[in-house]
Amino acid sequence: MKKYEFLEHTADEKFRAYGKTLEEAFINAALATAKIMTDDKIKPVIEKKIEIKVNTKEKLLYQFLEELLFFVDTEGFILSKVKDLVIKDNFTLTATFLGDSAENYEIKAHIKAVTYNDMFIKEEENLVTIQVVHDL
Amino acid sequence: MIEYKIKKDEVEKVINIEPKKLSDHTYIIEKQDPMNVPVKIFADEKLIKKMQEDACLKQGVNVACLPGIKKYSFMMPDAHQGYGFSIGGVAAFDKENGVISPGGIGFDINCGVRLLRTDSKKEEIEPKIEELLDALFKNIPPGVGKQSKIHLSHTELDKVLKNGASWAVENNFGNEEDLENCEQSGKMEHADPNKVSNRAKKRGLGQLGTLGAGNHFLEIQYVHKIFNKEIAEAWGIKNKGQIFVMIHCGSRGLGHQVCSDYLRKMEDTFPEIADSLPEKDLIYAPANSQLAKDYFSAMCCAANYAWANRHIIAHEVRNSFKEVFQDKVKLHTIYDVAHNIAKLEKHMIDGKEEEVYVHRKGATRAFAPGREELSEKYKKTGQPIILPGSMGTSSYLLVGTEDSMKESFGSTAHGAGRLLSRKAANKEFRGEKIKQDLEKQHIHIKAASWKGITEEAPGAYKDVDEVVEVSDKSGIGKIVVQLKPLGVIKG
Repeated sequence: MKKYEFLEHTADEKFRAYGKTLEEAFINAALATAKIMTDDKIKPVIEKKIEIKVNTKEKLLYQFLEELLFFVDTEGFILSKVKDLVIKDNFTLTATFLGDSAENYEIKAHIKAVTYNDMFIKEEENLVTIQVVHDL
Repeated sequence: MIEYKIKKDEVEKVINIEPKKLSDHTYIIEKQDPMNVPVKIFADEKLIKKMQEDACLKQGVNVACLPGIKKYSFMMPDAHQGYGFSIGGVAAFDKENGVISPGGIGFDINCGVRLLRTDSKKEEIEPKIEELLDALFKNIPPGVGKQSKIHLSHTELDKVLKNGASWAVENNFGNEEDLENCEQSGKMEHADPNKVSNRAKKRGLGQLGTLGAGNHFLEIQYVHKIFNKEIAEAWGIKNKGQIFVMIHCGSRGLGHQVCSDYLRKMEDTFPEIADSLPEKDLIYAPANSQLAKDYFSAMCCAANYAWANRHIIAHEVRNSFKEVFQDKVKLHTIYDVAHNIAKLEKHMIDGKEEEVYVHRKGATRAFAPGREELSEKYKKTGQPIILPGSMGTSSYLLVGTEDSMKESFGSTAHGAGRLLSRKAANKEFRGEKIKQDLEKQHIHIKAASWKGITEEAPGAYKDVDEVVEVSDKSGIGKIVVQLKPLGVIKG
């Protein structure tokens, strides 16, 4: 299964991320987000723990991806991988981001924001598809 | 007929969104149920065709359906698809019965442009252009992570949010003359730092004085052609070849977070409004609600941050010139304009003066001579409008007119507008090749990333010359000067 793929969008970056489970699709959406920022292979040397509690699944996705933008802006942290991602009762998420300082890599783009534009989370048997557009 | 189906009170309505030609440079989509006003588009045949290729006209119609909208939902010549509102959209809403919508301003609040003038000639600067670009690149970081030289405490950041460019001047970045030559004197009065989340503040703490990436850039430019000698002279523009510096950036992570925060707050507070909208990002708060006022106060803070940011970058531009040319080159601010902002302004509507919230998203204020908001110098001539082209192409300086006041709530276009997706640009162009092409035209470039250059290739944008021509011919912003690049810094 492909982890993610980028789709055509004139002004910004639109992608679909896939997974067998909601958790796996969320992780792949995070990896697609990091891929927009750099093509370099990032070392997993710094750890960031996150916890999010909201009231809809879309909001959970939005805030999860926004955490990545927050760490880029505040600490220059860029993602390598996600571990221990757990989604409970649909709207509570805990995870650990692993990554490195952006200074060590070629950053090709900044993402301004996650958007709700064309966002969907489609859950089928054995396949979860997530679509997101980031504002660049 | 081109059909667009829109739901209103559970009933599907069909709207014909085929634009009707009004003149060579204006089109209209007539008012049809459930629109409250028609959509007016400033475009020629070529530009209107491009607009029909994405969803921007539908977005213009969506805006026309919002409560309390006045006269028209406007689309500027560079309009293209955005979130909720299109980029290049202008809409004014009643102060009491209208709305305030974060999507009508955009994520990058007060993304804007500052233009600095020198009295030096191209021949004096060009021999040292590489040295100058190196100095600029060193002093003005793109700003990933902890690159800013300025480290603020939370208390000090609150002062930036409250006072905008004045904070910068008080802290020895720039001078009083810079403030006079800045839209709104670089300070929105309604700013209340208590309305900005801690999360947004944290994103803003370490980014002051940074450019950001994407379409943000800094250019050394020279006067290529003077179209209106009288106004150009009044603004200190005397000769072809005179050197200018253009700074294009915004409110960085802080502004993006303010927009995100309030989109979600509005969705939570007004679920019935959220459910009734064709696009989630169109969410709004009724203008007289507390949440609308809170967002407006937070938006003013982000706008002030952006003005402080451009002030500091201008200061670093001066330092960089000093490093290379000692005291031989003086830099004066021509003007600084916001491209993404909402303001409470007085406009004539059906023969009487009304106060309205004008949303400009990817649009520039274009005030006529005499407007009270302008400084003495610009009250005489009308407001300078700065229209950046894409990296490596022409930029323009225009002037606000009585027509823009009458036609578009004193607004015009903001630049070129994207044509190709980043994916398509990556397929089409190569960073090294773009650099070579630009160098053939004697344009020097320094960038944080070659891949970033590819994505912002000149060919990925609409032709700014066409956009400017429509603005000029329709009268909503008249051409004064055309500028060409000599050196480019890309974040």
